[in-house]
Amino acid sequence: MKKIICTLFIFGLSLQYSAQDLLDILDKETPQVDQIVTATFKGTRILNGHSIENRKDKELEFLISHRFGRVNLGFDELFGLDQSNIRFALEYGLNDDLTIGLGRSSFEKTYDSFLKYSVLKQKKGANSFPFAVSLFGSIALKTIKDFDPSDKRTFAESLFYVGQVLIARKVSSSFSFQLTPTYVHRNTVRINEDPHDIFALGLGTRIKLNKRVSFNSEYFLNFNESKSINARNSLALGIDIETGGHVFQLILSNAITMIEKSFITESTDNFFEGDIHFGFNISRTF
Amino acid sequence: MKSTYLLLICFLFSYNMQSQEQYLTKNGAITFFSSTIIEDIKAENNQVLSIIDASKSKMAISILIKSFLFKKALMQEHFNENYLESDKFPKATFKGDILNFNNVSSLDAKYDVKGIITIHGVSKEIVVPTIFKRNGDTIFVKGEFDLLLEDFDIKIPRLLLKKIAKEINVTFEFNHKPYNR
Repeated sequence: MKKIICTLFIFGLSLQYSAQDLLDILDKETPQVDQIVTATFKGTRILNGHSIENRKDKELEFLISHRFGRVNLGFDELFGLDQSNIRFALEYGLNDDLTIGLGRSSFEKTYDSFLKYSVLKQKKGANSFPFAVSLFGSIALKTIKDFDPSDKRTFAESLFYVGQVLIARKVSSSFSFQLTPTYVHRNTVRINEDPHDIFALGLGTRIKLNKRVSFNSEYFLNFNESKSINARNSLALGIDIETGGHVFQLILSNAITMIEKSFITESTDNFFEGDIHFGFNISRTF
Repeated sequence: MKSTYLLLICFLFSYNMQSQEQYLTKNGAITFFSSTIIEDIKAENNQVLSIIDASKSKMAISILIKSFLFKKALMQEHFNENYLESDKFPKATFKGDILNFNNVSSLDAKYDVKGIITIHGVSKEIVVPTIFKRNGDTIFVKGEFDLLLEDFDIKIPRLLLKKIAKEINVTFEFNHKPYNR
């Protein structure tokens, strides 16, 4: 009797063993590969500032950005829409990790050029890594002739430099954030008391509302500021809307410019008193 | 004594079943096409896992969605983020039976494979005519079929209706090797 039970038991066991689900075998055999976390942000900008996203290899992006006047200018100025700052830019992926950009802003007739390099990527899997790191550097050239003809600004005096470390983490598919330590150097300042070097820390977030729409926010905390102007930290709130090769960003911000050296260090408007500029970024990838 | 024999036979039988009759590949190929007047979209995945249990006429396939490669990186991102939602549904799977399955020879033999395919978290029964062929000790399998995106709750925005086909053509080629666990 004992033997029969034993036999039955072993038979049952072996039957169970061989009846193991084929999909379970495939699960077991699936190689452990590292997965690079993608789409931390939708666009190459969180709103005003850069996100860790790069243009991919050999992709060219045409970017048009607008910032209008303050909405509290009222109906006579059509809530700021009569005034418009524009920046055109071409941004190109030299490879998946390195993007080069050239832009032109109407504000102070400024040309800008940047490089953005992805150093570390957020990864899941065997060699997981919790966040992504990119380096960003830009030069801006101010060409507006706002000087006394007798005291011409030289080329070197018209230059501004920005260095940023972009540190971002996609916490879940619906929430990402980025910390952006920023250094801005101005070759020329308005008065001697204005610092040539300004340090700031940016904080950006993305909350995905659905597959194609997300709510973004961005704030730059300045650690030192110009004395000649009543500089304020820049704040922006906005919506990303994605359709195929386009990303539309609708923005409300107290900054009127679209390049780092300006919106981080030269914003003077107070968001909470209604000095809000409506704006948008449109990108088309080729 | 009798039962000892029985035990031994059982053992051998079960051992035989698991080790000799299963065939597996970890680098099967699946390609899909979406073809419209405006744009052709193609993606390839060469890391598909497939297993055949020849003794039970069963077959299973496991596909990592993120392993599909597109020509345009942006398309690949949209595929994962907007359509297949691969963070939420990382795998597509198939599990089914090879109908009227006999021996596989070195000549092409066509069998219907019937089972449940799960994509984007939605399961559906399909029947796929598949060619089986033995090559030495490997079993080679290939075939193609069409899938309707709407069957799997994959929605295309109106703006892109002209660029993405409603029906996607899928082709597969797996070269299974004997599998001993």
